[in-house]
Amino acid sequence: MLNQSQKLNPKLWDKDIEQVPIRKGFGQGLLEAGEKNPNVVGLCADLTESTQMHLFKDKFPERFVEMGVAEQNLASVASGMSAMGKIPFITSYAMFSPGRNWEQIRTTICYNDRPVIIAGSHAGVSVGPDGGTHQAIEDIAITRVIPNMVVISPCDYIEAQKATLASVSLGKPVYIRLAREKTPVVTTDDSPFEIGKAQLCYGDLNGKADVGIIATGALLYRALKVAEQLKKEGISAKVLNISTIKPLDVGAVLMIAKTCGAIVTVEEHQIAGGLGSAVSETLSQNFPVPQEFIGVRDLFGQSGTPDELLEHYGMGESHILAAAKKVIGRKN
Amino acid sequence: MVNNLTDEKIKFFEEKARDIRVSIIEMLVSAGSGHSAGPLGMADVFTAMYFHILKHDPKKPDWPERDRVVLSNGHICPVLYSTMAHSGYFPVAELLTLRKFKTRLQGHPHREYLPMLETSSGPLGAGLSQAVGMAIADRMNRGKSTDRFFYCFTGDGELDEGQNWEAIMLAGKEKLGNLITIVDRNNIQIDGYTEDIMPLDSLTHKFESFNWHVEEIDGHNFSDIVAGIGKAQAVFDRPSVIIARTIPGKGVSFMERDHKWHGNPPGTEIAGEPPEDKQAEIALRELRSLGGQIIGEHE
Repeated sequence: MLNQSQKLNPKLWDKDIEQVPIRKGFGQGLLEAGEKNPNVVGLCADLTESTQMHLFKDKFPERFVEMGVAEQNLASVASGMSAMGKIPFITSYAMFSPGRNWEQIRTTICYNDRPVIIAGSHAGVSVGPDGGTHQAIEDIAITRVIPNMVVISPCDYIEAQKATLASVSLGKPVYIRLAREKTPVVTTDDSPFEIGKAQLCYGDLNGKADVGIIATGALLYRALKVAEQLKKEGISAKVLNISTIKPLDVGAVLMIAKTCGAIVTVEEHQIAGGLGSAVSETLSQNFPVPQEFIGVRDLFGQSGTPDELLEHYGMGESHILAAAKKVIGRKN
Repeated sequence: MVNNLTDEKIKFFEEKARDIRVSIIEMLVSAGSGHSAGPLGMADVFTAMYFHILKHDPKKPDWPERDRVVLSNGHICPVLYSTMAHSGYFPVAELLTLRKFKTRLQGHPHREYLPMLETSSGPLGAGLSQAVGMAIADRMNRGKSTDRFFYCFTGDGELDEGQNWEAIMLAGKEKLGNLITIVDRNNIQIDGYTEDIMPLDSLTHKFESFNWHVEEIDGHNFSDIVAGIGKAQAVFDRPSVIIARTIPGKGVSFMERDHKWHGNPPGTEIAGEPPEDKQAEIALRELRSLGGQIIGEHE
């Protein structure tokens, strides 16, 4: 059952659950951050509206820099501005930032430990019709390997808003992963959120369960539905929402491994290098248990509707359900 | 800034530049690796910057009012380190730790190890963007009449990197009068001469067409260096580039104008060059015997 202390959306199981693009939460959060902190500035590479930076730009035109289609410059100019006391937010599609400008992010932002917040919109295959060139499914892997970098993958627009606001005072380079499509709203304004802390959304914190599902991003909603389905089949599950992939909440991951003894990780990302890898790195060193991975298996995306693509690449509810049963079967 | 230099001042610069070059050779010999040609070639421009042009305080490197220096071509850091040491940022003796384990003087600059640097660099083409970001932020903070300058050193071969041109476009668009870029136009890069590898000329016309003000100077003539940067400072409505024509390896005859010395220290076996065990001795003897008489090419 849902963890009541999480104060999740009371209409979570409704068929017509409210759906809002995750990137909208970023736009709102940035606007609010701009109002609270005069050092916050915005830089965008010719995608101001679709990355939702236009809200900030309209309110604070003197604190906005239009960079043109130039993502490498975007990252390094932001580094320079942060050296002068600014807290820059930079936006483009995740494929181009942190994709195309990875080395500039590594050297000019992270190597200098500059507090630049990189918001990568349109992450995951659910970008849909635009096709594989625009579907960033490697971004978690390439950001989490850089020292000093914090990596956040919010589950809905409310969490994106909270993550955006919280990033301002972190004083570190941050990558925030955003999705384009409308996404079910899982949390509420009252749900707890803290960078670096995982949230147990389903199941009892200390009780035992048959399987632990660890999810990030919009797929958290599907993971919760699967947990509910498992319950109907007499199988108990816990669902952990990991919005901060780095630094990983090791305590929460170990707790769920110890109380469930089997793990399924769920992410809209390549299996190599993403959330599942981060969880596996932790478990194999501390408390090895069987683990199944939901994610893209070394393939590029293609055109299609988000649902078609999630189904095709093995990230549908049926896949999560099957993985849960499979991993339970692998327990000794 | 006084542009008319007295003979006495020029002699002072020449002696400083000689000391900086001697240290460059000594630190490269001690390190056993590193770049020789670029640092020797830029020693005169760095001398003029740190002993005359820059608004800075070596005893208070975090003084907020200071001008900012971004070294984009991080591989010529021996000249940066040597000039900083000789102008009082840290002891000259520390230069011999270059490239050694746990040194503050990393093989390419890293400000986590040496926080008095404005940034870290090495991967080419990213410095100008950072200087542009600093200049934009400063104008946001202090308005267009800000009297603080943002200097970026770049190599010429480095301009092959496309990111530079993204930054050059943005600086032109933003009319950053507080930004001055100094290009080390020494015509060499690792694989050979720049005009053979990837032609850059006319650099002047390229920058002008991006709405920059251009000054071409003799990078070994102190009057020319000081006058050129002085003129750039007086340009209010656009960024400026100083194209400093320099001789790579300047001051060491067997290194001058030879791209083989771009990425090698004295003590490297290279066909047609002096024996490796004699190179450092020859270089230091030449530098010292000039006794501060390194004069501009056009004088």
